[in-house]
Amino acid sequence: MTRSLLGLGMLALASMAFALALGSVTVSPADLWQVIQGEGSTLHRTLLLDLRLPRTLAAFGTGGLLAVAGALMQVLLRNPLADPYVLGLSGGAAVGALLAMLMGMGTLIISGSAFAGAMLATVLVFGLAHGTGSWTPSRLLLTGVVVAAGWGAVITLMLAITPSYKLPGMLYWLMGDVSYARSPWPAVVVLAVSVVVIMPLARNLNVLARGPMQAAALGVSVRPLEWTIYVLASLLTATAVTTAGSIGFVGLIVPHMLRLILGNDQRIILPASALAGGTLLVLADTLARTMIAPEQLPVGVITALLGVPTFLYLLHRSR
Amino acid sequence: MSTLSTLNTRDLIINVPGRPDGFALNMSIEPGQIWGVLGPNGAGKTTLLHTLAGLLPARRGQVQLNSRPLTALKRRDIARQLGLVFQERQDSFPATVLETALIGRHPWLSPWDSEQGEDQRRAEQALTTLDVNHLSDRLLNTLSGGERQRVAIATLMTQNPDILLLDEPTNHLDLHHQVKVMNLLRDQAGAGKTVFMCLHDLNLAARWCTHILLLYTNGDACWGPAKNMLEPAALERLYNQKLITVEADGAPVFVPVSF
Repeated sequence: MTRSLLGLGMLALASMAFALALGSVTVSPADLWQVIQGEGSTLHRTLLLDLRLPRTLAAFGTGGLLAVAGALMQVLLRNPLADPYVLGLSGGAAVGALLAMLMGMGTLIISGSAFAGAMLATVLVFGLAHGTGSWTPSRLLLTGVVVAAGWGAVITLMLAITPSYKLPGMLYWLMGDVSYARSPWPAVVVLAVSVVVIMPLARNLNVLARGPMQAAALGVSVRPLEWTIYVLASLLTATAVTTAGSIGFVGLIVPHMLRLILGNDQRIILPASALAGGTLLVLADTLARTMIAPEQLPVGVITALLGVPTFLYLLHRSR
Repeated sequence: MSTLSTLNTRDLIINVPGRPDGFALNMSIEPGQIWGVLGPNGAGKTTLLHTLAGLLPARRGQVQLNSRPLTALKRRDIARQLGLVFQERQDSFPATVLETALIGRHPWLSPWDSEQGEDQRRAEQALTTLDVNHLSDRLLNTLSGGERQRVAIATLMTQNPDILLLDEPTNHLDLHHQVKVMNLLRDQAGAGKTVFMCLHDLNLAARWCTHILLLYTNGDACWGPAKNMLEPAALERLYNQKLITVEADGAPVFVPVSF
């Protein structure tokens, strides 16, 4: 099993090298290697380290965050359909971001507003679903789906009343756009820290996947664990949407793809989701900015175009 | 296994929604004993079992594990001494038989540990005891009900607690495996473990249980050694069903009358 993680790690590095080398100026592998070693020409250094590297890291961090958040929510709700997008967290973030854009705020405020929107959406969904005490997965999922539909309506309303010159930026945000990232570090650091924090809990999550009663009977303190996952998943989602807008789908499909191949041991699935989610988004972003360069495509479209057939193939092939 | 665990209930009223308090339970469930809980549907057998495991709060009174209230113990410490086979199980995500048995080791491993050869060996041994080791790589959701029931019992054996709580352990089992499971539980009690289970089959209870608890729908309860409790009149009142009693293989056999 460590071998599959090692393989995914290699794949992640390869995708990053690919992302660094490709673009308006293509860098040869030899030049790339020189820059990695701290040598190479000034042009290449600026191009790779100041322009392409931050964007690549931002893409990797965002993809990893979304995939880990999805994997956590699926275990929390014991429902394979759960992901940040379906539960309306991305919708809340989108409303926050669009509101700031509509008022003509700067990128810092837009990011902050998206973060606040995601957290608000989380509190709203989990608070409403909690209701008078029962916190059943199906109720939570239903609340999330309905709240997400509500956010969708608000987003459409905002787009309808927005002056047309502001629309392209908003649409790009909605479809996900890594070039938006101000700095890759929040995403990368939050991803690394959360994977380290979650690993000692991973076996607890395996037991929780069997249902809360069974988990409690096997010595898991279910409520504290559920709250930890919930807060962590919300934080991961909020960081991801703040970095690169609303990119659907990664949280749903990456963990499932990995489960189909690797089984459902969270000690493998969580770090593997971080690596595979990151790799998927790095590849998607590279394609998004090179396919019809100098024009850029929204990265969310590419993740879907890459992900849907792969996922359907794996699902079809599985038992 | 240094000291064996004892389970006590002190003035326990289980929380069956919408039911008056009924009779408070003051039972002492001790090592070596095999308890059978009998009662009609809705009498609160499962609720009692979950309350004894600390999974549901009691309405009144308390459950004590080695003279300490369950509510004062950590879940992990409880799980090392007391295990439960549920009547209903969720399998939202596919898992293999071996993986399922291995989660029984969960309370014994620290957060950073992963299952070692020893844990694997215990799980395989438990699966062999329950005749399901040949299925160890199969996905749980491809098994029959009886096979799944045996995997659940094997998971409890892998957990290896002092007190075994089982909610209708013979559900879905064929005759041979019913006998096999009951004999296994008797062997466990013989080795100093405590067995406490809900049963629907009076005849299994009559042959294998040392102690019986009768739970009535209105909250009444009585308990004691099996030979005192299995009175046809009391059982007829319990199930509201006329019974014929015969004796076979050294134990009473209760047959419901068909009118």
